[in-house]
Amino acid sequence: MLVDHVDGAPKKVSYELLTLARELGTPSAVVLGKGASAAAEKVAAYGAEKVYVCEAEELDGFLVGPKAAVLAQLVGDKAPSAVLLPSNAEGKEIAARLAVKTGSGLVTDAVGVTADLVAEQPIFGGAVVVSSTVATGTPIITVRANSTAPTEAAGAGTVEQVSATISAADTAAKIVETIVEDKGGRPDLGDASIVVSGGRGVGAAEGFGIIEQLADSLGAAVGASRAATDAGWYPHQNQVGQTGRTVSPQLYIAAGISGAIQHRAGMQTSKTIVAINKDPEAPIFELADYGLVGDLFTVVPALTDEIKKRKG
Amino acid sequence: MNIVVLVKQVPDTWAERKLQDSDKTLDRASVDVVMNEIDEYAVEEALRIKEAGGGEVTILTMGPERAVETIRKALSMGADKAVHLVDDALKGSDAVQTSYALAKVLETLEYDLVIAGSEATDSRMSIMTALLAERTGQPQLSGARKVTADGGTVRIERQTENGYAVVEAATPALVSVVEKINEPRYPSFKGIMAAKKKPLTTLTIADAGIDAGQVGLASAPSQVSSFATKPPRQAGAVVKDEGDGGQKIAEFLASQKFV
Ligand SMILES: Cc1cc2nc3c(=O)[nH]c(=O)nc-3n(C[C@H](O)[C@H](O)[C@H](O)COP(=O)(O)OP(=O)(O)OC[C@H]3O[C@@H](n4cnc5c(N)ncnc54)[C@H](O)[C@@H]3O)c2cc1C
Ligand SMILES: Nc1ncnc2c1ncn2[C@@H]1O[C@H](COP(=O)(O)O)[C@@H](O)[C@H]1O
Repeated sequence: MLVDHVDGAPKKVSYELLTLARELGTPSAVVLGKGASAAAEKVAAYGAEKVYVCEAEELDGFLVGPKAAVLAQLVGDKAPSAVLLPSNAEGKEIAARLAVKTGSGLVTDAVGVTADLVAEQPIFGGAVVVSSTVATGTPIITVRANSTAPTEAAGAGTVEQVSATISAADTAAKIVETIVEDKGGRPDLGDASIVVSGGRGVGAAEGFGIIEQLADSLGAAVGASRAATDAGWYPHQNQVGQTGRTVSPQLYIAAGISGAIQHRAGMQTSKTIVAINKDPEAPIFELADYGLVGDLFTVVPALTDEIKKRKG
Repeated sequence: MNIVVLVKQVPDTWAERKLQDSDKTLDRASVDVVMNEIDEYAVEEALRIKEAGGGEVTILTMGPERAVETIRKALSMGADKAVHLVDDALKGSDAVQTSYALAKVLETLEYDLVIAGSEATDSRMSIMTALLAERTGQPQLSGARKVTADGGTVRIERQTENGYAVVEAATPALVSVVEKINEPRYPSFKGIMAAKKKPLTTLTIADAGIDAGQVGLASAPSQVSSFATKPPRQAGAVVKDEGDGGQKIAEFLASQKFV
């Protein structure tokens, strides 16, 4: 499995993938890029028997290609029975290039994988669940965050340094600059167990202040509907939906969002959904486990206060 | 700059989409179809680059007969010509196979840039640019919220999970765009009339030199073994705020152990 990490700190989804991999066989973790060595001990705690580490500069200096190259090399050398990657934008692209490099089949957006490597994927916004298998080469499967509850289990964590052979084609797209826009220390939307989203009902960029405060009281990430990102109230990378991010958290709170089909496509597989909307006819209530008809400008701050009080 | 835009016809999101029991593929015949929405942004971006610096915009679509409607729409927006890859043998191809077929057609075209949408609303895989980059050996510049092309260099702002990255490559290069990049134009009446006379080349797999053994459902590297329709989510309690709405939600969250 490929570890998603920032400077050696694995993201939660990596622990989920390791937990899943333990159910399927003996997990080896692959950690690529700056700070990779620092992750070895952490992934061992979640059951990694082997940890393949590569810190070649190309891995962070060029888009996706070098990471796929190292993985392809490992698939060739170690003949794993499957490769699991996180189903985020980069994970899927690495998986795609790896599939072509190794002549393998690819399944993306799995929410579960069985012992005989059947992947379950929700499609059409969760209305249909498909069971897919890979018929050619090494099964390459990308798995969505929050699909498995991560549990610790010590693995040997034997580290092996990998020296990479990276071709010119893999270094064709150079990363010139990386700009991190402040998220106020909030978890990443794709990774978060709880997401609080605001829509047109929030009314203005300033309105997102109360959404962020609610999110912070729960340790949640902040999402937005397209109406809100189109209006420039919140960045596009936080858009949830068909043309935004797909999230599948334990809890999704929608405030001032009507629940258009394109928005649902990005959040429908959330475990628990809570909606706050002043219109009792809003379609979001059709899928909410708990719906509150009311004005978000009074309900959201009251909820934040109540949560803070209960958490002490 | 000569630009190829990859345009896909997809079922309308509003339509009830179904898998067919017989072969577990998407029922593309019985639903309303539209141009994949993000592909309109790809067409628009290509037209803007052309309008600024000259060149030709070619639409490339792989899909059944009726995908012609979508191709016409792209031509009526202002693209110059189109190539339609259509063959019964392609039916049921997965993404990996589609990238093989599209790469074969790209070999027959001259271009500086290929522009795709970031994601198709039916597959939702967002991997076509990566697959094609691997197949062609050309640079992958995916997820662009901004594209600047000058001379032999293309630079994009790639949207990331927590900001953006500036990524640069030499042409020919493969770009995909996200919806915040521009505002697509509507086809004008003049455009619609002109589109009818624009060159449209229809290719079979034989014309494109595509090996029939590498496309289609039977040889797909990923296979759907079964599918199940999930019962729609059941609506839970909906309560009216009586001044204690915040407290009520907090109670619900506590009952679910979130607080
Ligand atoms: C191809 C395509 C792709 C799309 N992709 C996406 C996508 O990825 N993500 C997405 O979100 N949308 C997407 N959309 C847009 C989608 O169709 C809707 O237009 C959008 O989701 C609406 O956002 P909204 O719910 O915030 O706004 P509205 O539909 O305007 O709803 C606002 C809601 O806020 C409520 N409200 C207003 N004031 C208050 C208040 N004070 N207190 C409580 N409630 C209040 C209203 O009752 C209303 O229900 C897409 C559309 C298309 C055509
Ligand atoms: N059959 C096809 N014909 C033309 N372009 C396609 C086809 N399939 C995918 N694409 C392009 O690839 C993009 C991403 O699709 P996907 O990777 O399937 O989400 C789309 O927005 C299109 O630009």
